[in-house]
Amino acid sequence: MKKLLTAFVGSMALAAAPMAMSAEANKELKMAYDADPVTLDIHEQLSGGMLQLSHMTFDPLLRWTKDLGFEPRLAKSWERVDENTMRFKLREGVKFHSGNELTTKDVKFTFDRLKQSQDFKAIFKPFSELKVVDDYTFELVTSEPYPLLLNTATYIFPMDSEFYTGETDNGQSKSAITKHGNSFASENLSGTGPYVVTGRQQGVRVEFERFDDYWDTESPGNIGKIVLTPIKENNTRVSALLSGGVDFIAPVPPTDLERIRRDKNADLVTMSGTRIILFHMNQDRVEAFKDPKVRQAIAYAINQEGIAAKIMKGFATPAAQMSPDGYQGHNESLTPRFDVATAQQLMKEAGYEDGFTITMMAPNNRYVNDDKIAQAVAAMLARINIKVDLKTLPKAQYWPEYDARAADMMMIGWHADTEDSANFFEFLTFCPDADTGAGQYNAGNYCNPEIDAMVNKANVETDLDKRAAMLKEVEQRLYDEAAFVPLHWQDLAWASKKNVKIEPILNVMNFPYLGDLVVE
Amino acid sequence: MLAFLVQRISQAVLVMFVISVIAFAIQDGLGDPLQQMVGMSVSQEEREAIRDEMGLNDPLVVQYLKFAGNALQGDLGTSYFYGKPTLDVILEHLPATLELVIGASLIILVFSVPIGVYAAIRPQAWLSKFFMGVSTVGISIPVFLTAIVLIQLFSIGVTVDWFPEDAGWGQWLNAALSTEGGLPSYGRGDELTPLFGTWNSGFFSQGGILHLVLPSISLASIMLPLFIRLIRAEMMEVLQSDYIRYARAKGLSSARINFLHALKNTMLPVITVGGVQIGIMVAYTILTETVFQWPGVGLMFLEAITRSDIPLIVAYLMVVGLIFVITNTVVDLIYGLVNPTVKLTGKKA
Repeated sequence: MKKLLTAFVGSMALAAAPMAMSAEANKELKMAYDADPVTLDIHEQLSGGMLQLSHMTFDPLLRWTKDLGFEPRLAKSWERVDENTMRFKLREGVKFHSGNELTTKDVKFTFDRLKQSQDFKAIFKPFSELKVVDDYTFELVTSEPYPLLLNTATYIFPMDSEFYTGETDNGQSKSAITKHGNSFASENLSGTGPYVVTGRQQGVRVEFERFDDYWDTESPGNIGKIVLTPIKENNTRVSALLSGGVDFIAPVPPTDLERIRRDKNADLVTMSGTRIILFHMNQDRVEAFKDPKVRQAIAYAINQEGIAAKIMKGFATPAAQMSPDGYQGHNESLTPRFDVATAQQLMKEAGYEDGFTITMMAPNNRYVNDDKIAQAVAAMLARINIKVDLKTLPKAQYWPEYDARAADMMMIGWHADTEDSANFFEFLTFCPDADTGAGQYNAGNYCNPEIDAMVNKANVETDLDKRAAMLKEVEQRLYDEAAFVPLHWQDLAWASKKNVKIEPILNVMNFPYLGDLVVE
Repeated sequence: MLAFLVQRISQAVLVMFVISVIAFAIQDGLGDPLQQMVGMSVSQEEREAIRDEMGLNDPLVVQYLKFAGNALQGDLGTSYFYGKPTLDVILEHLPATLELVIGASLIILVFSVPIGVYAAIRPQAWLSKFFMGVSTVGISIPVFLTAIVLIQLFSIGVTVDWFPEDAGWGQWLNAALSTEGGLPSYGRGDELTPLFGTWNSGFFSQGGILHLVLPSISLASIMLPLFIRLIRAEMMEVLQSDYIRYARAKGLSSARINFLHALKNTMLPVITVGGVQIGIMVAYTILTETVFQWPGVGLMFLEAITRSDIPLIVAYLMVVGLIFVITNTVVDLIYGLVNPTVKLTGKKA
């Protein structure tokens, strides 16, 4: 009898706990992205899709706010101990989906795993170790003063160390990161995040349910269940929203922006993005590109505003530098310099009045309207007598060509994983060096050790105002030398039904904080 | 009979071999699978290490021999994207495609026979002319356009306000031309009934059938006009033949002549062509599945190409090759049964 009674009381308590939650979190959200998560292992790949999954099922130590500041999540607070060390206090009483409780040993496990991950190890290279002080205190130590310590800490989504430790039935380590084939972590997930994965059919759908013991009880989110369907075809995705089949879609193709704006049941949110689209001018392949005058002539010949208005239909912000507004290196004074007369004059001064012929390559399904942009650029260059032999390729074929630097001008779009200007320079304008990996995507072979040194100096400057000034100077120098041809930052767009309030949870990094989403 | 089968099987083996060689030979042109598997900022060194680990750096011949050895044991490799054996991935996606083809075939069967027969019996009737006109339009409109129009009309809905609202007739016309929408525009829905193995069927629930409606109509839209024209042409020819004239002269009722004697002989070639056409329809599903995000093998194959998922591409091509060889063999066998004057190869006259 007593046993029965305790069982009864127990079940009452169990029933009461979710009731407090479900009174609020009872709405269902159907959403469609252009792709579904490749894996459930958040360390297997560093991509937009994986970060979106991370924010749904895990929580970072701290996260970006809308205005690119930081807000504490699993880390309650942090303070600088010395110039190489930052001490974090962990939130107490946070539960994983498995029921285990979060302590610093999980953070340590995650940090070590990140250092192993092929995709993340580069970002975590400046960190020498994670020192555990006690169960709820730890220190992140860098080998040199590192101004982007907090930026990088947004990538630490503590994983359930107990859950991911041990061996599977077939003797595989549960913590293994496998790029191909299946690992334990790619099919099983235990995080601290607002949603638990309850069903997954790869390429077809993923189902999530609100985590009953989610620590953030102040979150306004009231979604109990999410069904994510990947819909690759732009038209179908938009139709699914307009027909009421789904409540929330992303991305929205520029051609359908008007259609959604006109629809009385749908809301559209757009934002200027942070992904820069640019062309490199390969100095190793074309002698003329070594002459700064020729590069400047090209920079003057290209009408960024025209491309943004006509081809992108206003769905892009014309750029004259790599750092978008809000980044430390963003230099307000740099604006597009379209002026054909000056461009022709510069070509004449450089001795190339009669022009020359070059090859150009661009993808045709990677960035928004990428092939049309390339055609426009080719037409603009014709006005300064540069004849362009253009080839556009699907992305699967384009990247091998890019790695081989197969054309004189090649297009690339870049988003800084660290949300910081220096990342652009390191990958796109640093002197290419196969050993250090610097300038890995510098298809222009532009090389100016002086500028590289300036960036490296900025990278150990922890006074953020001083650092910003240095990075702005770098943008100015690159602009003056016309190291590359910036085009625009691609805008972002999401759309939802009117009753789904997506605006507050969206951000320029494009990982919606779905845990806080409110449906009326 | 046995010799015929042996010949067909060896033919199938040859086809598979050729397909696998071709698929392997073009894989360099399909792009770098690694690009899809790693982030942009991963260093060249790391990439090389993964490539080595996956055996992508081996000479093509070595890679092929490895593949062929495994294939002989029934293992067609592991998909890069799904991380599962490619055959399992294909089997998971096949039911969706088959159901779509079944749905489209039912529509074709239900509409093509009556319309084709009617158009043959009454070639001058305005209704026949209307059907033939529509079918010409049907043949010439690409599937994806049909699909997009269907989605706009029956999923999203259209409000027409071309006519004056204040006049009764205007109001009526507006209402008649507007559509409600509401039909599902993507996927198979969540009301699927597990049948066996990986087969979850949409035929046993209202939601499942509603999801099938638009994709099936789109897919049927190419083949339906073809079948109507085929049945009409065959039927008209049969109606001219001597035995039909004789039946008429004998004074049989025209219903009996048309449906019992004429139709039966019309359907023979239609069945043969139909069998092959249904095989071809499996190929046509790629477009339909893309527009409707239908989780079948067509969509799977298209995405495998954009992801350079080479093992899956190779396995898909081999499986489709096998399906074609099998359907052709079965059709030939049936043809031999139905029409005893046809000799199968290898059978002595």
